[in-house]
Amino acid sequence: MSPARWRWRDWLSRYGIALAFLALGSALALLTPRFLTAANLLNVLRQISVNALLAFGMTVVILGAGIDLSVGSVLAFSGALAAGLSTAGWPAGLAMAAALLLGGIMGLFNGVFVAYARIAPFIVTLGGLTIFRGATLVYTDGRPITGLPGGFDALGNGVALGVPVPVWVMLAFLGLTHFLLRFTALGRAVYAVGGNEEAARLSGIPVAGTKLFAYAYSGLASALGALVLTGRLNSAQPTAGSGYELDAIAAVVVGGTSLFGGRGGVLGTFVGALIIGVLNNGMNLLDVSAFYQQIVKGGVILAALLIDRLLSVRND
Amino acid sequence: MRVRELAALAAVALGGPALAKDTVGLSVSTLNNPFFVTLRDGARGAAQKAGLELVVLDAQDKVDKQVADVEDLIQKKVKVILVNPTDSSAVVPAIKKANAAGIPVITVDRGANGGTVAFHIASDNVAGGRLAGDYVCKMLHGRGKVVELEGIPGSSAARDRGKGFNDHLAAGCTGVAVVARQTANFDRAQGLTVMENVLQAQKEIDAVFAHNDEMALGALQAIKASKRPIRVVGFDATDDAVKSVNACEMKATVAQQPAEMGRLSVEKAAGVAKGGKVPEKTEFIAVALRLVTSDKCR
Repeated sequence: MSPARWRWRDWLSRYGIALAFLALGSALALLTPRFLTAANLLNVLRQISVNALLAFGMTVVILGAGIDLSVGSVLAFSGALAAGLSTAGWPAGLAMAAALLLGGIMGLFNGVFVAYARIAPFIVTLGGLTIFRGATLVYTDGRPITGLPGGFDALGNGVALGVPVPVWVMLAFLGLTHFLLRFTALGRAVYAVGGNEEAARLSGIPVAGTKLFAYAYSGLASALGALVLTGRLNSAQPTAGSGYELDAIAAVVVGGTSLFGGRGGVLGTFVGALIIGVLNNGMNLLDVSAFYQQIVKGGVILAALLIDRLLSVRND
Repeated sequence: MRVRELAALAAVALGGPALAKDTVGLSVSTLNNPFFVTLRDGARGAAQKAGLELVVLDAQDKVDKQVADVEDLIQKKVKVILVNPTDSSAVVPAIKKANAAGIPVITVDRGANGGTVAFHIASDNVAGGRLAGDYVCKMLHGRGKVVELEGIPGSSAARDRGKGFNDHLAAGCTGVAVVARQTANFDRAQGLTVMENVLQAQKEIDAVFAHNDEMALGALQAIKASKRPIRVVGFDATDDAVKSVNACEMKATVAQQPAEMGRLSVEKAAGVAKGGKVPEKTEFIAVALRLVTSDKCR
């Protein structure tokens, strides 16, 4: 194969998912004039912010060959705590910081069982999913928490420089996560552990510590998502975030990160979240019946993965 | 209250006074919820009027306690057992025991997945949807564009509420068009995002009907941010929604009537106790719903 041809394939396998996104966007732009407007595109970005935040944390865990099913419950508990503390009189900023801390602690809880007790991540975080949801119900007594101070509304519904605040939060966290993964020893360790745990151990990488970090980071990301969602709804719901783990995992996988770990990145996840968000948005704009929406969503996710798979197999 | 229950049970156990009234038992899922307390009060009032003795037992949301409660009622040989199940499946053995003892059973609010039940008394979601349709129609003076936020696709509440709403518009209010019909799965966060999307798609919207209050409150959040004058009608009359209606944010919400539910249950029980016919197949008795609106917002 000529070098030029090889580079073309390499390029396609790297950016295939971005091309799929552009194709989807173009199709929607042709189908409805309402899609390609600045207002709607900002609307989509704001809508994907919560899922994207969860998915960025999830990317770190999956890159390390793990999985975190507890993100939706971590989101619910952190959001409830932030809302509960601030209605109890804490300043909004302090309540939010406490929620982030709680998210990190819940992540650490998962991490300890995965890294030190060496229990399969699927089981550990499934346990976390039910425990943290239960804790949320206990804390909220099963009722929504309303009447939040203005800080939450500003975070969820505010606009800065023409762009919604949740979008700024998402982009900042995207930048931070990308920097961590690509340019720090810790980030490289995540890839190494996910790629080949034994090799990583032999080359002196602190495997357990790296895993602990990955789950704590995912917990923190979920708590950040919780703050944005609580702000957007101006209330905390005891049932918030149920099922969010699946959307987050879908964004990660559609974005080209391997479920077996070691391959992928958070920029792909961002595109994955965009694809899911644009699909939801487009089907609402086109007034597609609820019964067909789920079929279309699942079909597009499978098609995106199939394209990615075909391209990467040829490249191997 | 506990004491009165016990006294009532004791009275029945001892054969009661010479001119014994007919006794009817009511097993409530929980009295730790204002909805069921109101239901019990409605039942009590109706029992007094009908000259019935009503024994109320509180299962405290425990399935095993409810089974024991129903067994007790069977032992006391009540004429009819009214059950408001804690769980539609777990209550079945208790109902079968009542069937075996030849005591007619009436289910209230929640149904049972088995056993022989004479009447099922619950809110009529179709009528509630019609009520919302009528309100929206009058609010818009018979002309306008409406968005319908649907519940979980395929769920009975979504089906019935949507059917009542749309049937009413189609039959008596053709000037009001549903311009978008999208699901937000009874969820507040989804109500917000779906409404944001619909706001992008539809430049003219006069009102929103959501199949429950959670979606209505989510949609309200999206509408507030868009600063467009769109009126929201929800369903269930949750505390949050009633608060919102009283603050002149939501226009209305459809409420169930637990007192009416209790009253109808006892009336049916009285009919059976006085020798009325017990239907072979469960007969559904629909309880009307009521709109919660705020007059001060006019």
